[in-house]
Amino acid sequence: MSSAAWQITWFTAWVAVVSTLCILPPGLALAWLLARRDWPGKSVVETLVALPLVIPPVATGLLLLKLLGRRGVIGHWLETSLGLEIVFTWKAVVVATAVMSFPLLVRTARVAFESVNPRVEHVARTLGAGPWRVFWTITLPLARPGVIAGAVLAFARALGEFGATVMLAGFIPGKTETLSLSIYHLVQLGRDSEALVLLAIAVALAFGAVWFSERLLRRIPA
Amino acid sequence: MNLEISGLWLPLATFELELDARLTARMTGLFGASGAGKTSLLEAIAGLRRPAEGRIALDGEALTDVAADIFRAPEQRGIGYVPQDGALFTHLSVHENLCYSQRASGPGARPGLGYDHVVEILNIGPLAVRRIGSLSGGEKQRVAFGRALLAAPRLLLLDEPLTNLDAGLKDQILPYLKKIRDEFQIPTLMVSHDADEMVALCDEVLVLDSGRCVRRGPPAELFTTSPRPHHVLAKNNYDLGVRN
Repeated sequence: MSSAAWQITWFTAWVAVVSTLCILPPGLALAWLLARRDWPGKSVVETLVALPLVIPPVATGLLLLKLLGRRGVIGHWLETSLGLEIVFTWKAVVVATAVMSFPLLVRTARVAFESVNPRVEHVARTLGAGPWRVFWTITLPLARPGVIAGAVLAFARALGEFGATVMLAGFIPGKTETLSLSIYHLVQLGRDSEALVLLAIAVALAFGAVWFSERLLRRIPA
Repeated sequence: MNLEISGLWLPLATFELELDARLTARMTGLFGASGAGKTSLLEAIAGLRRPAEGRIALDGEALTDVAADIFRAPEQRGIGYVPQDGALFTHLSVHENLCYSQRASGPGARPGLGYDHVVEILNIGPLAVRRIGSLSGGEKQRVAFGRALLAAPRLLLLDEPLTNLDAGLKDQILPYLKKIRDEFQIPTLMVSHDADEMVALCDEVLVLDSGRCVRRGPPAELFTTSPRPHHVLAKNNYDLGVRN
């Protein structure tokens, strides 16, 4: 395998890990709020979070580009106040994959939290545990299989993200080269044999992720 | 114990729970058919449900007072709660369940409520290393009692502690409930729809029907000694089992 292929593989896996780690805290918090609390605007937030699943990824990418670009509301503020440039850098890849995989994590984790019997949490409260301790010692451990499944789904989605990434990060060799973008690019250039190598790597990565999650889930007693 | 419930008003799905009562007995029974509001009342006392109106005070300290905007969180009430299914933490071992309350071992442990003593009285010592999934129904129930006791509660709420057990197991668990009552001296409020249990355990019984207390008194006075099994009476209509 060429060093370029290695580099692309590492970059893709690294981006998927970073994006999954970034969405875990807000994703679990939102999933818990959706599962356990009623609040005004809940259904609006529910719909907003599901949007990246239903609108075309390229459209989501365009929306992100408009928001995070130099003239975008958020992008302009980030550049002038923090000196942070997102678009067409590796950060854009992370943002695009994070946004696209966020709904998968939230939906799966929400179902997992909902499946925890609230009475068990109630008893923990009467034993002297505050809401925070109940979450860490009861809710999260009992919801763990679902939370892990959600994180793996998000990771897998991040590995294969194409549409939003290509809009927000472009295809810049050495900077924003992911497996999906490179495969597309190589096929466009007629370099099919190189694309096939990357295809094999993508299959191996996905296989590894699913196998790892299955093993993790099997180790948890029912 | 002095549990004061005044002007309690708690709207539920099909009826409203309304109660005024001052409970001072060692073990008080809440008797009534399913759906009479017994469990909701326990939840209100434990702080797991907010009533729309009313006040709940334990030994003079207001736990819930809607008018004064007081609502103590469940973890600050010192009230133990054992729901019908025990609600054990299935991801923890028996020992971890028993020690979940930080009061179980720390300096806050009440004299007479030490780990060794509670475990011995309930005969659950040999179970400590087991997983919850491997316990029998009776063992689960005893562990649930032990976990609640080790939090050193000021008041213990038991929801149908004998309901899910078959007749043989009931006879096994009943002595443990008597031991809890006599050994630890923790005031207890027990929900049941079985008159036998009330007679066997309680000093005083409140009969609830559709969210209201319709009768109150010592169980021996409330329940007729009938040749028919009490649970049959209880299932049909409590009035059949209540002396006029």
